[in-house]
Amino acid sequence: MAKVFAVTVILIAIASAIPILLHTWGPPVDISTHGPLIDEQMSETMAEAGISFLVAQIILGILVWKFARREGPVKNFPGGARGLVAAAVVLVGIEVLALGAFGTKAWASIYFTAPSPNATRIQAQAGQFAFYFRYPGPDGKFGPIHPDLVNEGTQNFFGIDVDHDPDAKDDIVTAEMGVPVNKEVHLLMHAKDVNHSFFVRELRIQQDFVPGLDLSIHFTATKTGRYEIVCTQLCGLGHYNMKAYLKVMSQSDYDDWLKQQASQQ
Amino acid sequence: MHDMHAPAVHHHAPPQGFIRKHIFSLDHKVIGEQYYGLALLAVVIGMVLSWVMRLHLAWPAMSIPGMQLLSKNGAPGGILTPEYYLQLMTMHGTIMVFFVLTTAPFAGFGNYFLPIQVGAEDMPFPRFNMMSFWVTFVSFLVAVAAFFVPDGPPLAGWTSYAPLSALGAVAGPGEGLGQVLWAASIAIFCVGQLLGSLNFISTALDMRCKGMSLMRLPLTVWAWFITAVMGLTAFAVLMPACILLILDHVAGTSFFVPSNLVVNDQLQPHSGGSALLWQHLFWFFGHPEVYIAIVPGMGVVSHVLIANMRRPMLSHRVLIYCMLALAALSYMVYGHHMFVSGMNPFSSLAFSFPTLVITIPSTVIVLIWIGSLYGAKLRINSASLFALGFISMFVSGGVSGFFLAQPSLDILLHATYFVVGHFHLVMAVAAIFGIFSGTYFWFPKVTGRMMSEPLGKIHFWLTFVGAYCIFMPFHYLGLAGNVRRYQAFVDDFMQPLIPVHKFVTVAALVTGAAQLIFLYNLFYSRFKGEKASANPWEATSLEWTIPSPPPWNNFGGKHPVVYHDPYQYGVEASSGDYVMQDSPEQIQSVHDEK
Repeated sequence: MAKVFAVTVILIAIASAIPILLHTWGPPVDISTHGPLIDEQMSETMAEAGISFLVAQIILGILVWKFARREGPVKNFPGGARGLVAAAVVLVGIEVLALGAFGTKAWASIYFTAPSPNATRIQAQAGQFAFYFRYPGPDGKFGPIHPDLVNEGTQNFFGIDVDHDPDAKDDIVTAEMGVPVNKEVHLLMHAKDVNHSFFVRELRIQQDFVPGLDLSIHFTATKTGRYEIVCTQLCGLGHYNMKAYLKVMSQSDYDDWLKQQASQQ
Repeated sequence: MHDMHAPAVHHHAPPQGFIRKHIFSLDHKVIGEQYYGLALLAVVIGMVLSWVMRLHLAWPAMSIPGMQLLSKNGAPGGILTPEYYLQLMTMHGTIMVFFVLTTAPFAGFGNYFLPIQVGAEDMPFPRFNMMSFWVTFVSFLVAVAAFFVPDGPPLAGWTSYAPLSALGAVAGPGEGLGQVLWAASIAIFCVGQLLGSLNFISTALDMRCKGMSLMRLPLTVWAWFITAVMGLTAFAVLMPACILLILDHVAGTSFFVPSNLVVNDQLQPHSGGSALLWQHLFWFFGHPEVYIAIVPGMGVVSHVLIANMRRPMLSHRVLIYCMLALAALSYMVYGHHMFVSGMNPFSSLAFSFPTLVITIPSTVIVLIWIGSLYGAKLRINSASLFALGFISMFVSGGVSGFFLAQPSLDILLHATYFVVGHFHLVMAVAAIFGIFSGTYFWFPKVTGRMMSEPLGKIHFWLTFVGAYCIFMPFHYLGLAGNVRRYQAFVDDFMQPLIPVHKFVTVAALVTGAAQLIFLYNLFYSRFKGEKASANPWEATSLEWTIPSPPPWNNFGGKHPVVYHDPYQYGVEASSGDYVMQDSPEQIQSVHDEK
């Protein structure tokens, strides 16, 4: 039975590694400027984690095979505990600190750089169970949000008051998030009711919306196309269905799209 | 360090009458069995919930038999509504984490064996101990009651993030009375835990028999002691958090709800609260909690493996220090659940470093186990198989932690099935394997009968392979971006992943069915199992010096004395290759820690 355990554990370890090695399932192609750093981090971590996983399971299997129902006296692992502890502390210590240090770069490129003053500002609102987006219009300013004026029935999702707030007059509210390619976007995130999250796999961006907090992220999309934005923070019964589309367009297509959206306000 | 305690004189009269013997018992052994029984009931409910969830995920339009009886509104015609899926999911997580993983390995085995392993007649506060079980039982009833209120249980997940969990019924079905019952149940649970931890700590420190220095305590006692300390501090934070949540529901407060929230076009009457505050309070508890779930298992696995390897661990001391390190670090890492939560991104990096560092004691523990297998004389039985399985599962689950410890990777993996795979491997599988290992090992002591070995082995193989079939694919799903807590997969990119979900569901049902073998073995052996001797495993710690089952006062009124560390194996002694801890026979073992 020890041999069966050994073979089983080794086979399971190898079988588990196969879909990873074959890239059967994985993140989609990256379309962001910060994505390559994350992807590199992911590859390095996968290699280190994968090797640790395989080595540990295989050694477990081999030792169970070798040392089950044995005759003869008990023996000590060469070097005893000291060697193993030293190896663990040094090797794992270096490995994790290296991963941590390099990972800081990827994180910093997203969170510790200020958005460019020329970035396209878009406000995203997440509420049970839809995303809406608001563009400031030609005046470059967002009209204030009046929560008491929010009305799904009249499609006043943001609660803006075009009659009394001059900044709100040219705001453009859309159900789809259009952005120009290769131009930085500064996304202002507003939660209407509960926690939600903004997740676009291709953009390598995931950030929670938090009620009461003014959060924002910035990114630059590098490939045109249509990508899914999904909510990843449990927000209620419609959580599974809460999504929108990100459309990354050329500058001219984006300008046309924005004009068309403006005409539908 | 020698710490020769005179035994704290603690005699009580033998229990009289059915109620005192079996219901409101002061005997730590009965209390331990009661906790185990509660965990058994809870795990059956939790597992059935998981089958219903998995069936729905694979076939969302399926009519699941019996569900319309549980909830006419939640499952009309047996087909789960989106909200009811989330409600069942919430209760699945809550029941499993609290009433199974925090109960069986710690309160179940610990209550039974900690006093015996330190040579005590009972715990110092038997009434508090009895109360701890009954309070936990009441907590369980309050949680289960949530199924039967009109709107059903809450749907905010076992993590219950505010403001979804704090706004009340307006936020969703089950968020009214169901959520309040949930919070009340957990607050009551915390009280039970505090009463239990109090006893564990004082027993380990003050009730040790003569000769039982701290370094001579079995690894199980160290694990339960460390877990109890974590429990005291972690549950002490969860309890006020739940009380504040209840107040937000019933007393018009706004601890967790800021102003200007709009639900169903209605401005909510709250202001001044912080949504993130709930997350900080919850995870300050939540991360130590997962170590509370696993550390007893580490103790059991070590204890069972030592007896079956016929040698002590390569270093007894290092294992203790590592468990202590895990406990200490567990308080510093909780923010890794909040990397993309909106918390200051500098904090995310700050939490990421101790999270990476905690890999080190975890790795050392695994290396000590594996290194101790070298040169051992390993006996293969159900208990040792589950202990070895624990090592494999802990490695698998731990390795995915490498990814999740890094904020930059968490961007892709947070709230995906990668996380679900990670925590199920370490908690639902490894910790449960610890429970199985302990059950097969200690069943003879508790009942005086052996469990069936053939059935135990079949149970092991089906569960080991089955669990990998269920939870390994979750990692691939997560890498592909499969979001968690979805009742159905409607997004374009998730369509190709649905066949994987179907495979997982079949694996889950088969593995679940295999647990019936364990249940049958447990109940059949209880009454018809082969009679067990006092020491069927030729083990050395104090529980094996007393009859199977033990008398009401454990040591028959005697005060045991121990003469060496608890793991004198691999020696040439008069009775074989081992020396009992209470035997004056002095033979140097592979390692003799003083």
